[in-house]
Amino acid sequence: MSDETPISAQQRLDAVLARIPYVRFLGMRAELAGDEMTAILPFSPHLIGNTSIPALHGGVIGAFLEMTALAQLSVREPHRRQPKTIDVTIEYLRPAKGGLVTYARADLRKVGRRIANVHVEAWQEARASPVAALRGHFMLSTD
Amino acid sequence: MTDVPKPLPGANPADPMWVGDLATRMSQGVPQAAALGLEFVSMQDGVGILRVPWRADLVGDPDTEVIAGGVVTSLLDHVCGLAVQAGRSNPTPTATLDLRIDYLRPAKPRAGITARAQCYKYTHTIAFVRASAYDDDPDDPVATVQAAFALTGGAPA
Repeated sequence: MSDETPISAQQRLDAVLARIPYVRFLGMRAELAGDEMTAILPFSPHLIGNTSIPALHGGVIGAFLEMTALAQLSVREPHRRQPKTIDVTIEYLRPAKGGLVTYARADLRKVGRRIANVHVEAWQEARASPVAALRGHFMLSTD
Repeated sequence: MTDVPKPLPGANPADPMWVGDLATRMSQGVPQAAALGLEFVSMQDGVGILRVPWRADLVGDPDTEVIAGGVVTSLLDHVCGLAVQAGRSNPTPTATLDLRIDYLRPAKPRAGITARAQCYKYTHTIAFVRASAYDDDPDDPVATVQAAFALTGGAPA
């Protein structure tokens, strides 16, 4: 850190997320504890995909997991442009129930010069009972 | 993925009432689909097509104004579900097991996305689906998908 007033990693992360219109559409935010980031998706009725359970839309869960991976990469590499998603595999384990907050944490399995491999897991009431998981590759900006 | 699909056995929702009802339910009837502005294009013989128009609040990268990958994920999950229904003679409850998405190239700035899914195999309990998403040319997709769905018969898997 320089002599200038340091911008905290949390403020920087908030700024990264606030710039993305789709993050605001989801209503997602993220909290840092040191270098550990937890992404938080508060419940909102427009996220529902199945009205009979009711459960969040599978696409919403996939998008939330992907955005969590991108946010975690931005924490690790704060000065780079947003990485581009190469591929993701999303596994749906349980219905993500309507009315509950959904959380996610990303694990950067490998960050190479150009490509990162990231695993993400999302849960609601208990972290030991995940609702979904994502494995993905991301192309890092070389700018 | 633009080949003409073979009709699946016993799986032609010929009843226009059923198609119309499902089209409505799959677009306006699902809150997330309505929030994204998903538009029903067609469903027939295990093939479903849906579209999402570009909108400023759905952008994923403000520097490029390209629609968010997450929007494409939701569109693809949804169109795969539609394709599963498109090959059944009656509405069938499903749960997504997994979805693998390859992002082949960035979508064009301010472009809407169309997605076409084909359910190419049903077992008693599983439906296998392939899909692709494109901005204007179906032969130049922005993303391709492979997905498996559990046919849940009412109860969540």
